[in-house]
Amino acid sequence: MAGRAGLIRRAVLASAGLLLAAALLAPYAAMLLTALKPEAELRITPPRLLPVTWRPQNFWTVLRDPEFQSWLRVSLVVAVVSTALVVVAAVPAAYHTARHRFPGRGAFLFLVLVSQMFAPTALVVGLYREFFELGLINTYAALILVNAAFNLAFAIWILRAFFASIPREIEEAAEVDGCGRAGALLRVILPVALPGIVTATIFAFIAAWNEYIVALTLMTDAGMRPLTVGITSYVTAYVQHWDLLFAASVVAIVPVVVLFALIEPYLVGGLTAGSVK
Amino acid sequence: MVYPAFELVRASLGRYSITGLHQGWVGLRNYGRLLEQEALPTVVANTVSWVVMVVAVTIVLSLGLAQLLNESFPGRRLVRWALIVPWAASLIMTAKLFVWLYDYYFGLVNRALAAAGLLARPVDWLGDDATVMGAMIAVGVFVSLPFTTYVLLAGLQTIPGEVYEAARVDGASGWRAYRSITLPLLKPALLVAAVLNLIYVFNSFPIVWTLNDRNPGFAHDTMITYMYKIAFKSALRDLGVAAALGVVNVTVILLAVIVYLRVARWREEPA
Repeated sequence: MAGRAGLIRRAVLASAGLLLAAALLAPYAAMLLTALKPEAELRITPPRLLPVTWRPQNFWTVLRDPEFQSWLRVSLVVAVVSTALVVVAAVPAAYHTARHRFPGRGAFLFLVLVSQMFAPTALVVGLYREFFELGLINTYAALILVNAAFNLAFAIWILRAFFASIPREIEEAAEVDGCGRAGALLRVILPVALPGIVTATIFAFIAAWNEYIVALTLMTDAGMRPLTVGITSYVTAYVQHWDLLFAASVVAIVPVVVLFALIEPYLVGGLTAGSVK
Repeated sequence: MVYPAFELVRASLGRYSITGLHQGWVGLRNYGRLLEQEALPTVVANTVSWVVMVVAVTIVLSLGLAQLLNESFPGRRLVRWALIVPWAASLIMTAKLFVWLYDYYFGLVNRALAAAGLLARPVDWLGDDATVMGAMIAVGVFVSLPFTTYVLLAGLQTIPGEVYEAARVDGASGWRAYRSITLPLLKPALLVAAVLNLIYVFNSFPIVWTLNDRNPGFAHDTMITYMYKIAFKSALRDLGVAAALGVVNVTVILLAVIVYLRVARWREEPA
């Protein structure tokens, strides 16, 4: 009888899970379906979930829109360059703090942890002043620097955990076998830490890709707006292209959801850094 | 990271023209002017209810979700993937999506509630003073669920199965076992989830900014969006006053961080 009870239990759990998944995905399904409607169908009452006429051409309209291409270019440049900066700075910093004790190491890690909790939001007025004085409003440099700075902390934390979990003996053995210091790092440590590096890279990329408030503040010139700020101009007091807004959103969201799914197993440990050993 | 904080404090002590030119020092007068703002009590009250409601509801719901995901059942992987979507999607895009779903005439929220018989007549969710805060809180909870659930799930997975077996031998099961075993053992994860959410939700900008967009004044702003409006959008347009509020906001977050560090018992691990 225990088998039957177990079967019922699994069925109940599975239906609860299915309901939950449906509830979480429903808004985004509505987003996709709205993106597939012709504009005339947006304003019918009562509203329909499914389009009467399917219009996948909305995606072409968006992808061919020179403004959309410009937002996409800014987003890509900012996300790629700031992520590269984060990885280049975080890998040595994390390795060093994981392997060596040095004066100020505790203070350094503390600062990293605190800065992880500070979204740039609270500092945005200060950031604006800083880049205003530097004359960097509406430049790639400003947005890249801010994104790199704020994503560095998470990257250092998660990488440090990966480096610290690699036994020192492996490294020493590689050196004894004639790899040399640099060889041991390149051929032994980096491959083992690769999942951590991939996680840090993807996380930094997504955070920069989704960043909104700093871009809204520092990129006032229409030609320098990234996707998050740019797409809002599809719906203003004067124009209401919800279909295009959502087509653009789907294009922006799908790749990051896929990337996010890849790093999901490592995320919680990194984000609650310092608390879970 | 430190420099913008320094600039923020410096700006809070200065006077600025509307084009952003520094026009000299005013000491603490910006803080005084901040206190004189009529909207301030409302904004502080909004912030408290926004943060408390979002964090509380998120944690209660996440407890259930984490418990569910801790079991093995067919389709669990699908649920985990679904849970990722609101987390990975850009907040501003999700916020815009909900503006559309909440729409008075064309939104699916009214349509679905009416179809379910829960609503006699449509509601202007984002235009009616009585509903706008609730509508924003719902979206705040929706986007906070994934992270919170994952933290609690990680906590649940550290509880060894033997504890439950021992409890069953002792005659405790179901709700009783949950209350006297799961919740106490989950306490560290719960505290971490609560404090981190407190910080994230306090800092949250895109949801309140977007959903409250067409309402004039500051009746539904939080301290973060209010600061932004003072700095860049309102008739006041005063960087000095905004920076003063910014300093207050940063102090609030710092306090929360200190609480977090105590809760998480942060210490330097041996290398």
